[in-house]
Amino acid sequence: MPTFVYMTRCDGCGHCVDICPSDIMHIDTTTRRAYNIEPNMCWECYSCVKACPHHAIDVRGYADFAPLGHSVRVIREEEKGTIAWKITFRDGREKSFLSPITTKPWGQEIPQLSNVPGPSAEMRKSQLLYNEPKYIRMDDGDLNTLESNGLEMKEGVYY
Amino acid sequence: MLTTNPFSELPISDFIMQAYVVLMFLMVIGGTILDTIHKKSAQYFFENSEKAQKSAKRSVGGGEKMSLAIKTVASEVLTSSEFASSRRRMSHLLTMYGFVTFVAMTAILIFSYPTAATPTPEILSTLWHVGAAMIALGGYWFWFFIRVDVSSEGVSWYRLTRADIFIVSLLTTSTFALLWSWSDKNMVLFALFIVSSTALFSTVLWSKFAHMFFKPAAAYQKRVTKADGSRENLPELADRSNPADTDRHSMELLKDAPLNMGPGIKREAPRHY
Repeated sequence: MPTFVYMTRCDGCGHCVDICPSDIMHIDTTTRRAYNIEPNMCWECYSCVKACPHHAIDVRGYADFAPLGHSVRVIREEEKGTIAWKITFRDGREKSFLSPITTKPWGQEIPQLSNVPGPSAEMRKSQLLYNEPKYIRMDDGDLNTLESNGLEMKEGVYY
Repeated sequence: MLTTNPFSELPISDFIMQAYVVLMFLMVIGGTILDTIHKKSAQYFFENSEKAQKSAKRSVGGGEKMSLAIKTVASEVLTSSEFASSRRRMSHLLTMYGFVTFVAMTAILIFSYPTAATPTPEILSTLWHVGAAMIALGGYWFWFFIRVDVSSEGVSWYRLTRADIFIVSLLTTSTFALLWSWSDKNMVLFALFIVSSTALFSTVLWSKFAHMFFKPAAAYQKRVTKADGSRENLPELADRSNPADTDRHSMELLKDAPLNMGPGIKREAPRHY
């Protein structure tokens, strides 16, 4: 069972609900705290774990990959620009990692895809891009967006 | 109006009013005990502290535990410091202190100044009204804007679920208390006030009322895990001014970056539904 929430640590702030790419972190109607509504669909991306300001979310990895007794916990500190991991193996060994998240302050020097020219016809025919899907090769010209495909973003949570 | 004691003019005997307050108090105790047994919270906290002790790096003595308990009360309880969001913290402080003031003043007014024969000091009646107003202010702010199902899930403010029992009964109690006091002792409003407060104190088993006892226990446990080094298996916080961290090979790219990189995604409220 992938992500789960320690209800004693959760204060129902909603950051995990906001960030989950699979939209499976929701608010329990009895306790008004977060919980994973579909652990089967969780791919353990750790977005909610990193986003939680109270470190209330933990991951119990799938048993074929990570046997019982292990622990993988992370603290992502945006103001310092660091992310720290602590892996505890089930025989008691511990490994700690510390890495940068970003090397420039947030909001600065963000690469703009629209400023970079799309792949030319020769680049598309080259070995690197030949097998990629059409929307990555930009065969139809421009970036694929919701608007360019005639779709609209609907407000609200539907599940 | 703010300075009159609304209970002194009630056509109800002192004994009944006082018995009601005692009954509500007993219902809170009974409801919390039942809640603890049903949710097995005591068992959970006990097992959690045993788990932490197994991976503890150092032992925490009795004196240190006492000082951690005092710090928990001073910080997490009195200033609600666990909240990361300042709006939630402010709303919680308003509601919490309003509730404490309102309940304390109700008890004092009913036990010490129940009739017109015992003139009530104006400050006590004023505090009773101020307490109710604080609950209403913090509570309605929370109800319409801050509740996470409304602000992060996009649910409409009028959707009611079981999690809303506590806040709705709090709001109706404080609203009807104020309306009853200002309406020149209208008995219908008084009846609604009594129904709301009975609902508030009798639904402890099903509502979030008991969080006021569990949250400080959880906060104290969190402090103990930090003190004994187990930290719930979380890594140590990074300290970019400490050479042990900056000189790590993995941190080379951050050597010339400013110590404060800015708030990142936390600058945006979590409402991208």
